[in-house]
Amino acid sequence: MPKIKLPRANPSLDMTPMVDLAFLLVTFFMLTASVRMSEPVIVDTPGSHSEKLLPENVIMLTVDKKGKPFFNISNVEVRIKTLEQMGAQYQMTFTEKEKKAFGKMSSFGVPMKDLKKYIALSEKEKEAYNSPGVPLDSLDNQLSYWIRYGHVQERTLAKQAQAKAKSLGHQFKDTPLRFAIKADGQANFLNVKDVIKVLTDNDIYVFNLITNLEKGDEIN
Amino acid sequence: MAEVNTGDGGGHGKHDKKRAKKSSTRIDMTPMVDLAFLLLTFFVLTSTFSKSKVMEIPFPKDPKDLKVQQKVNNAITFLLTKENGIYYYNGPFNLKGNKEGKPPTTITKTDFSAKGLHELLLDRNKPTIDAIKRLEEKYKRKEIADTTYKRLALREQGRSADASKGIVAALTVLIKTDDKAVYKNVVDLIDEVKICNIGIYAIVDMMASEKELLDAETK
Repeated sequence: MPKIKLPRANPSLDMTPMVDLAFLLVTFFMLTASVRMSEPVIVDTPGSHSEKLLPENVIMLTVDKKGKPFFNISNVEVRIKTLEQMGAQYQMTFTEKEKKAFGKMSSFGVPMKDLKKYIALSEKEKEAYNSPGVPLDSLDNQLSYWIRYGHVQERTLAKQAQAKAKSLGHQFKDTPLRFAIKADGQANFLNVKDVIKVLTDNDIYVFNLITNLEKGDEIN
Repeated sequence: MAEVNTGDGGGHGKHDKKRAKKSSTRIDMTPMVDLAFLLLTFFVLTSTFSKSKVMEIPFPKDPKDLKVQQKVNNAITFLLTKENGIYYYNGPFNLKGNKEGKPPTTITKTDFSAKGLHELLLDRNKPTIDAIKRLEEKYKRKEIADTTYKRLALREQGRSADASKGIVAALTVLIKTDDKAVYKNVVDLIDEVKICNIGIYAIVDMMASEKELLDAETK
């Protein structure tokens, strides 16, 4: 009886689908990855059980371990506009280059007089820079101006965007501006209270405290 | 794709004509695929999906207004101090030798563990928690809609006292800090307050008399 010859299995398998998927995933992760700007201070936020996410459009006030306040606006356009208005307030003019660099910056904690110098620093030098914090005492409350102008500029830009969308017949979805406080767990509460006071003085009564998600036992 | 070319197998007899080796149209893609996986691993490991979590807290317009409307009959006041110290007292603050002849307020120490603060708040807020639990059961049995459930639960958290029906007011938590309290403890306390379904809470300034009491206790 003749033996039935089994077809010899090909040891190399077709990897096309796997490689396709791998490239798809690479593309996805590359596109979703966002460049994170290095913060001038490392802040260890306390944990909470809140599951609310940080809103998109925020003005963020950071309080570091020593209680120094830092300021940040998430929207680049608003940042630049706010810088212009702050410059007008403090009789300072910023070049286009400085404005651009400022737009790309993360939070900062320097008074207006040092701001030009700070903007000019390189990324590495900024990290090493010992920021004194944005002044918020009653004599020279720069933080209050930053918040007020940031708020005003954001609303103006949102209105412009709305008008533009309306003229083009598009839908416009307004993402309201939120205020967030990111404070270090070990910071003295008095310093945080000072920052809160600046917010309430500017008629902002609801804001977010940034925390880490803490996994704990389910409580009923 | 991704395979090693190993010539074109057997079949070359002695009598075959010698011909130019046919170059394969296949390219060895192994290095490219290796790189793709390397990049994939890198992006998977470095990407952070989690955005920061936040807790929203409202602040009173003017803390001075609060004192006027603070006719609280079911309040608990927490005093936070250095080294994670947390003390509390119930009800209004009674000074030593007050006109009404009430015993002066004393403060009790507690801690941030589940046994301390959490049990204390659960115990003090029992009527509200029970009421909300009953609502939740009703909601689960589909007797009330979810919006009704939320509205009623919120009303339960802000309930005022009614002595004729034997209803006690919802618990109010006042948070006061001295000059050495850290931010973490305030957040922990607010978190606990929210977990225990307490709707009314406020961060207020510490009175001098409370500070004295606290100093005497922490010395």
